[in-house]
Amino acid sequence: MPPSASSEQLTFHRRGRALPVKTIKGRAMSSILIIEQILNGLQFGVMLFLMAAGLTLIFGVMGLINLAHGSLYMVGAFAAAAVAGWTGSFLLALAASLAAAALFGALIELTVIRRLYARDHLDQVLATFALILIFSEATRWVFGSFPLFLNIPEALSGTLTLPGGIEYSRYRLTIILIGLAVAVGLFLLISKTRVGMRIRAGENDREMIGALGVDISVLYTLVFALGAALAGLSGALVGAIQSVEVGMGEPVLILAFVVIVIGGIGSIKGALAGAILVGLTDTLGRTMLPWVFAVFMDPAAASSVGSALASMLIYILMAGVLLFKPTGLFGSA
Amino acid sequence: MTDSILRVDNICKSFGALKASDSITLDLKPGEIHALIGPNGAGKSTLIKQIAGGLKPDSGKVFFDGRDVSQHSTARRARAGLGRTFQISALAMDFTVLENVVLGAVGQSGSWFRFFRDAMKDTRLLERAYKALDRVELRDLAHVRTSELSHGRRRQLEVAVALTLSPKAFLMDEPMAGMGAEGSQALTGFLEALKTEAPILLVEHDMDAVFALADRISVLVYGKIIATGSVDEIRTNPEVKLAYLGEEDAA
Amino acid sequence: MIRERYLNLLIGALLLIVPLVALQLDEPFIITLATKAAILALAGVGLNLALGQGGLVSFGHAAYFGIGGYAMGILASHAQDYAPLMEAPFLIEGTNLMPVIWLVAIVASALAALLIGALSLRTSGVYFIMVTLAFGQMFYYFTVSWPAYGGEDGLSIYVRNQFPGVNTLDPIQFFGICFVVLMAVLFLVNRLNKSPFGLALNGAHQNEERALTVGINVYRLRLVAFVISGAITGLAGALFADLNRFVSPTMFSWHTSGEIMVFIILGGVARLFGPVAGAAVYILLEHMLGGISEYWQIYLGLILLFVVLFAKGGIVGGLARREVRHDG
Repeated sequence: MPPSASSEQLTFHRRGRALPVKTIKGRAMSSILIIEQILNGLQFGVMLFLMAAGLTLIFGVMGLINLAHGSLYMVGAFAAAAVAGWTGSFLLALAASLAAAALFGALIELTVIRRLYARDHLDQVLATFALILIFSEATRWVFGSFPLFLNIPEALSGTLTLPGGIEYSRYRLTIILIGLAVAVGLFLLISKTRVGMRIRAGENDREMIGALGVDISVLYTLVFALGAALAGLSGALVGAIQSVEVGMGEPVLILAFVVIVIGGIGSIKGALAGAILVGLTDTLGRTMLPWVFAVFMDPAAASSVGSALASMLIYILMAGVLLFKPTGLFGSA
Repeated sequence: MTDSILRVDNICKSFGALKASDSITLDLKPGEIHALIGPNGAGKSTLIKQIAGGLKPDSGKVFFDGRDVSQHSTARRARAGLGRTFQISALAMDFTVLENVVLGAVGQSGSWFRFFRDAMKDTRLLERAYKALDRVELRDLAHVRTSELSHGRRRQLEVAVALTLSPKAFLMDEPMAGMGAEGSQALTGFLEALKTEAPILLVEHDMDAVFALADRISVLVYGKIIATGSVDEIRTNPEVKLAYLGEEDAA
Repeated sequence: MIRERYLNLLIGALLLIVPLVALQLDEPFIITLATKAAILALAGVGLNLALGQGGLVSFGHAAYFGIGGYAMGILASHAQDYAPLMEAPFLIEGTNLMPVIWLVAIVASALAALLIGALSLRTSGVYFIMVTLAFGQMFYYFTVSWPAYGGEDGLSIYVRNQFPGVNTLDPIQFFGICFVVLMAVLFLVNRLNKSPFGLALNGAHQNEERALTVGINVYRLRLVAFVISGAITGLAGALFADLNRFVSPTMFSWHTSGEIMVFIILGGVARLFGPVAGAAVYILLEHMLGGISEYWQIYLGLILLFVVLFAKGGIVGGLARREVRHDG
């Protein structure tokens, strides 16, 4: 669960990136390293966006806070790992993650979630928390306690040389592209299609669109399944960089919450802006802070103080946004 | 204008391109009922919110009891003696009638910071609460849960809670809404008697009640006050007729 | 349906009787379980003030639980190493005395609740839930990366702290301390609930607009409630650390926050003895179901789901009449 810190190398687990980062050895921070970290931050941000977009859609349209979103992330990752293990095809694995997450999403929407729309937030929190317990233990029961591995496909392994001579992981670049593509796709869906129109209408006035004869329950199931699919995709993509294990979705869920608070609930734009902001702040913070402290502290202290502070950085960012805009950057009251 | 208890000075409020309040000026004098009428969407609730404190005007000031309360919060204005009743009853539904009124007394006395005495056994709070209940003749129902009260009784309770504040003025938002003929008559009589204790700024749609009760009427259309005057003046005002005739045609 | 007062007496009596019986039967493990129940109940009582009375869904109360725990851990570890916390500008030494540790735990968690509450209470609804959750996690990640007190592995305290006149290593005596603390806090919280403060808090929960328009500064009111709530949960954290003689970042995790909420919902939200009943049932489930299956949390999840969807009043809600604040 934690980032483990030694004075020379910091490796981070469960954060969507697991790069050894050379920080404090009296070595100067090179611009190549900074650009690398920016790209990492972007990749991290884009994965957070997939989670946050689903969450914010579900809240915007149905008024429901869904803690089980992290479990759907996990389901996607496990489905991908399992299918990749059987078939050896990464593409099939991704498809499986989308399908499995969407399916489970629809399933819990139909059985549990729809009973919660009329309930207060406490009930929603507790019920979806119960779902987390069930999903986590059930996954452990089926797959055991040891992590599964999902391998980066051959075609995407290795590095690509970017302008400026920077070598960056091909796979991570692909993730960034996929994430941005999904963002564009979502924008188009919401603003240009009939379904999108219903979603926007639903966000504005739930009772109204029911009266208009739009089958609300189908719409809700669709929205929930869509959100779930996005989470599952995110889990699968990240699963190739880290291990696939029970509980992997929880830290990401919390970060997605931070993203939504910063960006504003119900706003996809806010989710994207917030996610990129959080991704960059967190990644760059972890790299730069220990290095900054190393200027006037010994390496060991700088490493621990720096990384401890870095782990709090995005929460401090969130607190800052809250002070000035309690409803988030793009949120409405 | 110096003897008015409540005064609103050139209040402006816009939501995007919509001017909800357009340089509104009006006042409330002691001993009067000043009715605020206007077609739907004219901006009456926006104005009330700005007077009560929940909404900040873009420009303009609100004066209460001789003081500029424009920067004061809702709670602070309430403590200064601004009583309020709501169109949709704002009551603690799980509380009994008595508990709701005691809540008012707690607010009035500023004693929410007391941790150890039993609120429902505090003589001072109870005295104030029962006095208010007696005024609206709800004492017999003191131990009934608010959610079980009829609509009319909830209205009475709202007034009682406002009374615990020893208010210097009342802001009433459509108190007649949802009342049958008998209830409206009773409430009209009650308000007539109430105005001697504290003047009332009354937002109302029920024209019978307005013409029976009001000492002055202001007409709000599209965020602007188009007329202020006595009942007769307003009744015969051509602009007002136009504003309402249009409404009646559509109805 | 029995009167809530009698049900409360029954629950309290059971909590006392079980370990006494276990003492007779020489089953110290059961005494430990009862102690754990009492401590977790205390944590729940704290949260219930904010959540049940105030309607503030704080999903980060583990922050205060952890702070209380680490207050104990830090003070006690410095005491056992005979190394002061700080030498300049003041000399702060560690301590092994429970009352001192409790005081520090209460003050520290109250301060944290003040800071977090001041920020979080500017939001409402879902934002509030997410923000409190996030701040709780902030403490978790910080504690994990701060190596001085064990980091992820946690901190072990070898000696149980001292309480004047009591042999704290004796399970039944330690239970006695925890039980008395729980009852004392319950007494205080009961007074609080009945006071003008409690009335205002509950009134603001039911209808915020109403509270504002009778002149109550709801933000300040809720902040005070939040601070008291955090302080109580912090005290529970210190006791928990003493029970296990171990503190770790897990005390800060949101799972812990969720568990505290589970006690409350199982026992009955806003009911005085709800957390006590809920914590006892939780410990029972953990012990019994855990013996049957290693995946017992699935059953816990199902039970929780059932309670939330179909049995919202919890145990106390299901068994006791609705209490009115005054007779009549």
